[in-house]
Amino acid sequence: MDGALSDNRPLKILIADDSDSDRLILKTLLHRLGHEVEDAGNGEEAVNLFRRSGADIVLLDALMPVMDGMEAAYHIKALAGERLVPLIFMTSLSDADALARCLEAGGDDFLTKPYNRVIIEAKINAFNRMRLMHRTLSQHRDLIRDRNRQLLEEQAVAKRVFDNVAHTGCLNAPNIRYHASPLSIFNGDVLFACPRPAGGMQILVGDFTGHGLPAAIGAMPVAEIFYGMTSKGFSGSDVLRELNQKLGRILPTGMFCCAAMIQADFHLNQLQIWNGGLPDGVLVKRDGTFETIPSRHLPLGVLGSGRFEAGMEVLRTDPGDTLLMMTDGVLEAENQYGQMYGEERLKRSLAGIGTTGSAFEAVMAGIHEFTGKQPEQDDVTLLSLEMVEESALEGMSDGVAQSALEGPAEWHCVYEIKDRSLGQFSPLPLLLHICMEVPGLRRKSGEIYTLLAELYTNALEHGVLGLSSDWKATPEGFGRYYAERERRLQSVAEHFIRFSLTHTMTERGGQLTIVCEDSGSGFDYLDPSTVASDGGYSGRGLMLLRKLGHSLLFRDKGTRAEVVYDWQFSEVAAREGGTNT
Amino acid sequence: MTDKPHLDQEALTELQDVMEDEFDILINTYIKDSADRIAHLRSALAQEDADRFSRSAHSFKGSCINIGAPRLGELCSEAEQAGRSNRLGEAAAMVEAIESEFRQVEKTLRRFLE
Repeated sequence: MDGALSDNRPLKILIADDSDSDRLILKTLLHRLGHEVEDAGNGEEAVNLFRRSGADIVLLDALMPVMDGMEAAYHIKALAGERLVPLIFMTSLSDADALARCLEAGGDDFLTKPYNRVIIEAKINAFNRMRLMHRTLSQHRDLIRDRNRQLLEEQAVAKRVFDNVAHTGCLNAPNIRYHASPLSIFNGDVLFACPRPAGGMQILVGDFTGHGLPAAIGAMPVAEIFYGMTSKGFSGSDVLRELNQKLGRILPTGMFCCAAMIQADFHLNQLQIWNGGLPDGVLVKRDGTFETIPSRHLPLGVLGSGRFEAGMEVLRTDPGDTLLMMTDGVLEAENQYGQMYGEERLKRSLAGIGTTGSAFEAVMAGIHEFTGKQPEQDDVTLLSLEMVEESALEGMSDGVAQSALEGPAEWHCVYEIKDRSLGQFSPLPLLLHICMEVPGLRRKSGEIYTLLAELYTNALEHGVLGLSSDWKATPEGFGRYYAERERRLQSVAEHFIRFSLTHTMTERGGQLTIVCEDSGSGFDYLDPSTVASDGGYSGRGLMLLRKLGHSLLFRDKGTRAEVVYDWQFSEVAAREGGTNT
Repeated sequence: MTDKPHLDQEALTELQDVMEDEFDILINTYIKDSADRIAHLRSALAQEDADRFSRSAHSFKGSCINIGAPRLGELCSEAEQAGRSNRLGEAAAMVEAIESEFRQVEKTLRRFLE
């Protein structure tokens, strides 16, 4: 098709003239130039011939009986549609007005009588070049239009697939508000939220470098890893390490993902945050003051595993506090003068809300007011997470995806974790995974995880590390507790924590027995400040254990805890039935 | 009266060159065509149809110019003007002049055919 501009094939030329002699001269002349000629004696014949067999170029006498050249030109141009069919008027008209009328009627040029062989040949060649150029441009335009349509269709399909993998998880929770462009995935923005099996939730806000399909492709494994690991109970740090390693491996050099991981614990009313390359997060306190959470890390996919730092900042919060995280589209939202919304304006928007307003709405309204348009038009991703009482979010983790496979019913296993690994590795996801092999326990993952986590935390912090939960009662002590925990973990040696899990079937369901032993010197599980108080965190833990397990026994000065957990078929069936309807 | 030549020798030579074997056909066609057009002019005049008169004169003018009969073309052009400005009073004389010039041209052209 691209040879078209240089093709020398004969042209098909339609001529119309009511003078037989003129027609004969022109026809012969064009034949001699090597073209095919069809001729008509008036405008109507010409239009009919054109309709029947088309033509590359048309030469029309201006004044003809039946239908004159002007009207024929109009019909021929209409029949040609998008195709450029050069139309040249032949005339012995001499006044300028008449010649101009020929062009207004749709003519592209005119030839005056007497015919001049050289001029006719030159004009036909010139118009043929224009015709071929027009055809090439039209073909390219059609090609671009087709490709664009195809691209949009593919994007729509890709988005459907992506939405299935990277669903929005629990972004519909009552304490979350967010704004994301409907096609944000093709801007490279991602926003996921997933309940943790032990309660609370984990949220990932991300912004890939680049746009379009490359950015969307990187988002797929991020979604898989984030949802898969979070719902199995892995901590934010664990998920971050895995994400960083995976992205480092699959993304080309120069491409990475600015991200923030937020781990919200509504029991403890605390937030753990890791910010790698996103704009400062803002924690808006109940009293209207706010603190910023700046990026302290490189984006995901930049550093190798050895140098990657996944430690999360711990923030104590109160119910009513709100965390805002955003991608740089928020700060870079432009007004008509090309200025950006920016950090200062964001803070001014937040300063106005007092103690009752919504931080999310204040920022959205601020952007709208500044840019003069709806944020929908930009790649703006904004998340707001309100800290609430845990009871407000009950039942959220029920929706964790199930495997359809049947699993083992009668088993026993012992897992012991020792020395340095106590500080580096959490055995909880693995232990939960083992328990989740029992179909009847899958709907109970939250409770099982809580049991395992409380037993492990007690064994590690009070048993092995010998920390006192009293410290956590005050804000200063809270910090000291975690600092001391870190310090002691560094030097832990000659210690172990051993889990023995046994599952067996009963008449009405099954029974899981969890025994957790540690190498510590024991702790006073009868001390009211540890066990009975529901203010201390550890105290709450033991209360929970009692509530969830059918029995809780401490032996050997508290170095051995036994929990027996019964589940029933009817309960499981009822809950599964409940989610199906 | 015009001082243009009856026939443009140069134009005719070029036509002969272009038309080759078909030159005879062209001349015959022109002669027959012209006779028809003179009849048209007369009929338009009889019906006092100035517009049709003007159009016929215009078409005739075109073929005369192409064939290389400039003086006849000039006469047609004057007739066209007269028709357009509705001066049919002068037109009868013009048609006479056209017809007489055409006979002259025809006679000369036929010599080319021999």
